[in-house]
Amino acid sequence: MPEVTTTAEETTAGKLPRLLAGLRRGRPTTLDEHHEQLGSMPSTGSTGERSELLTEIERSGLRGRGGAGFPTAVKLRAVASGPRPRILVGNGSEGEPASRKDTLLMARAPHLVLDGATFAAELIGADEATVCVKESSKEAAASLLTAVQERADAGIEEVAVAVRVVSSDYVAGEESALVHQLNGGSAKPTFIPPRPFEAGVGQRPTLLQNVETLAHLALISRFGAAWFREVGTPDDPGSVLITVSGGVTRSGVYEIAAGTRLGDLIKAAGGPTDPLQALLIGGYAGTWFDVEAALDVSLDHQTMRALGGTLGPGVVIALPQGACGVAETAAVAEYMAQASSGQCGPCVHGLAAIADALHDIASGRAAPGTHEWLARWSDDVVGRGACHHPDGAARLVSSCLDVFGAEIDRHERRRPCVPPAGMRGLLPTPGAREPAAVS
Amino acid sequence: MSVRLRVNPIACEAHGMCAELLPEWIELDDWGYPIVAGEPVPPELVEHARRAADACPTLALLLERSPAERDAAA
Repeated sequence: MPEVTTTAEETTAGKLPRLLAGLRRGRPTTLDEHHEQLGSMPSTGSTGERSELLTEIERSGLRGRGGAGFPTAVKLRAVASGPRPRILVGNGSEGEPASRKDTLLMARAPHLVLDGATFAAELIGADEATVCVKESSKEAAASLLTAVQERADAGIEEVAVAVRVVSSDYVAGEESALVHQLNGGSAKPTFIPPRPFEAGVGQRPTLLQNVETLAHLALISRFGAAWFREVGTPDDPGSVLITVSGGVTRSGVYEIAAGTRLGDLIKAAGGPTDPLQALLIGGYAGTWFDVEAALDVSLDHQTMRALGGTLGPGVVIALPQGACGVAETAAVAEYMAQASSGQCGPCVHGLAAIADALHDIASGRAAPGTHEWLARWSDDVVGRGACHHPDGAARLVSSCLDVFGAEIDRHERRRPCVPPAGMRGLLPTPGAREPAAVS
Repeated sequence: MSVRLRVNPIACEAHGMCAELLPEWIELDDWGYPIVAGEPVPPELVEHARRAADACPTLALLLERSPAERDAAA
């Protein structure tokens, strides 16, 4: 479990943390502690109350925290207008290897997540709610189950929440893959339409929300849209959880105002352990930025989109100068190729070819012009899978070609790289085979 | 009414019939899977597009009304 910290920016002094407030206990917050800290949830009993709360969420401008940054109110309304019965699914499958924030929230603030789940379910008129936790996050599942029992024992009347353990695979958390799995199928994406809001779990209109999004909803329902907008940008209001790792003094989950300068976040994480050369923003479907450009980047969806990147599920990895961005990306490309659900030809063949080519470059074995093949394949696979998995992998590799161009040149002149111990494998690739030995 | 071609990439098995029947609009990638232009199919190609979709052995090539029109009709 990463350590819990927040930024100490002057503009947000006293306003943050929100989601992570009260997480310093080192154990799950109990129901009593939770209510003492935040009070109870507002009533959603009448149609008028529900309609007012929906409008309040719309005013808050909350965007989903699972990666795509889609406006939450739009999703809520889409499902709420579908036929009954409807269902809510809280997505805590957190397949991103370097992300810890969802697991942290569920493990330490289970009632905040459950408040959000029951609240969202009631708003959309769902009579069932399920929160999904990946197999490898045992602590989070246990904490949620205990919290569900606490609420039942306390006699809280609300939509019943089921906790489901789901696959830890990278692609398993993709919306259609999660629905497929909950319907008894494999954790593989399906061809859309239908989208989950049309026909999801049990063919019912299904609202899927990341668990951090649910936690924000729990707070907006209590404190309102104006309060939510006290931090963040007009387009991307509120706070956001970011998992910071790599070459920083204090890796962990940070709650920042959306729009915070990346340099300020790195400072809050104790600064770099070594001089940095680049930063990866957005996780394994994200993009590399040269350190000079990266530190001034504002961490919000609008800015990241404008830069051709993504905030993704809030992942930042700092790459020290001693490490090799090409070798690191090659390992991730291979991980992404293996993570493909294996259903779509362009993803299966394209990602494998991309990973092999990048490995060849990193190990100094590449034929001349390999990086041109790489660039073409990275363009070719975009938009050609049933899900966005190939698009994400391609985006990362394309940014690697841009940011580490000089490094790639050097490697293509048959110079393998041998980063010192402690400067290899900075990007976690769980379950992947060891990188090929460099001769 | 404008129509577009879309591939169901899960169903597609790279037979390549579509690219042979509609080379103006479909090319194959290095592994034989079709890359289909996403723009509306020009009127003079619609009949050929329909034939290509019908010829796909796995029914993976779909001739669809444009999303905007589909939503308006819904």
